[in-house]
Amino acid sequence: MSAPVTVELNVNGATRTADVEPRTTLLDCLRDEMKLTGAHAGCEHGVCGACTILLDGEPARACLMFAVQADGYRITTVEGLAPAPGELGIVQDAFCETHGMQCGYCTPAMVLTAHALLARNASPTREEIVEAISGNICRCTGYGQIIEAIEVAARRLAVSNAGVEGAP
Amino acid sequence: MKAAAFSYVRPSTLAEACAILRADEDARLIAGGQTLAPMMAMRLARPSQLVDIARLPELAGVADAGDALVFGAAVRQAEAERSPLVAARLPLLAKALPWVGHQPTRSRGTIGGSVANADPAAEIPLVLATLGGAVDFMTCDGPGHIAAQDFFAGPMMTALPADAVLTAVRFPVWSTPVGVGFHEISARRSDFAYVSAAAQASFDEDGVCIACTLGLGGAAAVPTRLESVALKLAGRRMTDAEIAEALEEAVAALEIMTDSYASPEYRRRVAKELGARALRDARDSAPGSRP
Ligand code: FES
Ligand code: FES
Repeated sequence: MSAPVTVELNVNGATRTADVEPRTTLLDCLRDEMKLTGAHAGCEHGVCGACTILLDGEPARACLMFAVQADGYRITTVEGLAPAPGELGIVQDAFCETHGMQCGYCTPAMVLTAHALLARNASPTREEIVEAISGNICRCTGYGQIIEAIEVAARRLAVSNAGVEGAP
Repeated sequence: MKAAAFSYVRPSTLAEACAILRADEDARLIAGGQTLAPMMAMRLARPSQLVDIARLPELAGVADAGDALVFGAAVRQAEAERSPLVAARLPLLAKALPWVGHQPTRSRGTIGGSVANADPAAEIPLVLATLGGAVDFMTCDGPGHIAAQDFFAGPMMTALPADAVLTAVRFPVWSTPVGVGFHEISARRSDFAYVSAAAQASFDEDGVCIACTLGLGGAAAVPTRLESVALKLAGRRMTDAEIAEALEEAVAALEIMTDSYASPEYRRRVAKELGARALRDARDSAPGSRP
């Protein structure tokens, strides 16, 4: 054990502090210290993608960073995507409607990855969607409905960004 | 799957980082950490301290030195992937970068880290070896410089002194317009490559090859430039037959790596085929080529 250090992180727009050992991953810090359990612990060595968070808007693996490295970044977890407590964002809604999940273990990571993709590329091709989620393992769905969810979300976002009345 | 205890330091200068490495041989540098962090989680690495160099100003940015692009060691792979300078001046690296890990690992992983890690299957070291680049480093005794062909010593082994900080990676830029090709094969997209091939070629206005280079990754213990292929094809039109002939001998002479994933026979066969595809792509995308 080495002495805990205080980290000050910007998580979902708020400044949060925690006392952690240097060896505490960002994932464990988010889950255990900050009670943000949306980032899931799968393999804990960088292969499954379940722990995906956004660092300055880009998907990154929270199990491959130590919390002490993470100050100064904008960290977004799935908890930060919902517009208000109890509500879902457009991407999350699309996952519900298309059944883009079964057990849900991979889902927060898939949603964040999709969110980052759509922020960069408003109308991705199927190829680009597949490429974007290729670092995230899903053991249930076979990916088809996840891809469909992201396609639906892209169309909805395009409509809502255009400000069309009566958008679905 | 939790790392053993260590202490964490974030030096504010390169000199400070060098001093820490000299004083403690169990200290390890971390920048992107996309290889080191899993190694630590599996307790295959147990550094006494982690020296975080990701934010050192001396290691940032990409500079155009005319005949080379010089990458600060801590430049993120994702940053290089998006850089218009890299796309325009180093098309071979631009073509290889999307094959490096996955998007979420490229957003953290660095150019220098991948080179220092020297995985024989890694794409960035392959491009460096193919283009005959070099690295710069710093120790308490001052700066140093190692050419790519002397740098990669074996799987995950380099000629870098134990207490050195790799500071920059130099990728040569040719003065003539080039075509490039890159191919790799792995069990799943973006997994470790069994074999990868990188090629670059340049032609004069008569369609004759002025210069070309081919490198293979994953095949041998280190990323390997096939000098004999370059010598054979220079001065030729690089027809499919000439490419196949040049590769036949060069690949036969290679000392092929073997592991539980792919037999040496398979690697040799694939190396020949991917090498030929990479060279043909390089030829076909180069201005002026007329095979
Ligand atoms: S838990 Fe981080 S990649 Fe699997
Ligand atoms: S829904 Fe179960 S892992 Fe993806």
